[in-house]
Amino acid sequence: MSEEDLDLRSLDDSELCEQMWDDLYDGLADEICEAVNILLERGWQPYKVLTEALVEGMRIVGIDFRDGILFVPEVLMAANSMKSGMKILRPLLAESGAPQMGKIVIGTVKGDIHDIGKNLVAMMMEGAGFEVINLGINVAVEDYLAALEEHKPQILGMSALLTTTMPYMKIVIDTLIEKGIRDDYIILVGGAPLNEEFADAIGADKYCRDAAIAVEIAKDFINKKHNQTAIA
Amino acid sequence: MAIEKTLIIACGALAREILSMIEINGFNHMDLKCLPASLHNKPNKIPEALRNKITENKHLYQNIFVAYADCGTGGAIKKICDNENIKMIKAPHCYSFYAGQENFNKIAEQELGSFYLTDYLASNFDTLIMEGCGLNKYPEMRDLMFSNYKRLVYLSQINDAELDKKAEAAAKKLQLDYIKITTGYGELANFIDNAAA
Repeated sequence: MSEEDLDLRSLDDSELCEQMWDDLYDGLADEICEAVNILLERGWQPYKVLTEALVEGMRIVGIDFRDGILFVPEVLMAANSMKSGMKILRPLLAESGAPQMGKIVIGTVKGDIHDIGKNLVAMMMEGAGFEVINLGINVAVEDYLAALEEHKPQILGMSALLTTTMPYMKIVIDTLIEKGIRDDYIILVGGAPLNEEFADAIGADKYCRDAAIAVEIAKDFINKKHNQTAIA
Repeated sequence: MAIEKTLIIACGALAREILSMIEINGFNHMDLKCLPASLHNKPNKIPEALRNKITENKHLYQNIFVAYADCGTGGAIKKICDNENIKMIKAPHCYSFYAGQENFNKIAEQELGSFYLTDYLASNFDTLIMEGCGLNKYPEMRDLMFSNYKRLVYLSQINDAELDKKAEAAAKKLQLDYIKITTGYGELANFIDNAAA
């Protein structure tokens, strides 16, 4: 039987999930949407579809990206497929009160219009249960401040692809320090020309090498914060 | 014993331009060795390749110059050059040293959403961008990768009608407006002149 002839409805739940991981890997958005709807029809909770089918599939994609088996185009196609699935799940997740990890405000810094990595992080964060406020590209310090004030997130994420724009992250952090609110936020930074050393130098909490790592780091920080709150 | 020659280690994307300057100026004491231009799409791999190239050659040349700008390495190339006491091009990328930093800033300020091509990139657009970014395989990725861009700016080093056509075709493929700005070799010429002195 050829791939095209595969009837997703003929698969049991576990087979369908495995097929979804394959379809995510291959960037097949239509198949992902169909499978999401089938699982929902079968009575799966939206959160279960998200975590066991989509997030697990993206986790596999993330591993192969890190190991150099997949490259950016394939990861983007996979992410695009997940986005299609998320479109169906997002309103249902909101209705069903799925667990929230925390809230993140994220944006590409002023002077920079590159958002592929940042959008990937935003989507993976959303998949991991974070509420994501995506400010888009070319974000000025005053817009970051306004969003922090309005949304009161635990995490601020900043991204830059250019050597010329990455120093703007320090402007944002210095402004937060001046206002005495730096320690109110976990500040994560990422982007191709960045590294750990740069993140330390500008006073960020952590450099995130890729989207999957960003999610793990964000979860770790939130868990630590919860533990600290519990001890206090 | 080290021979009294100067080595330029350059990005392969600058090879034709540098060789042309060496030839025109008769810089016979100058050699050129390049790293693959494909590293343009993988800047994190440049530092190690550069370090290896310097190590392989430093006992063979009295002077080494690195014809790289920062090129998206976040200061990693500068760190290597500083450690080896080697001069590199002081610029963020080739677009800005061809156009001249001040001029480049003006172009970027006019339209932040500018996607740049040089002669090399215009000539190798299909390999480096269409194939390299997976756009041939996944045309729908144009929107994911280029929707924030408004125009393609071709920074031209030599006037060549064939390259003009290729650059204009590239703009069409990416669905961007097109402008051409003739820059010549810009600050690269000064860098090579200084290396030769």
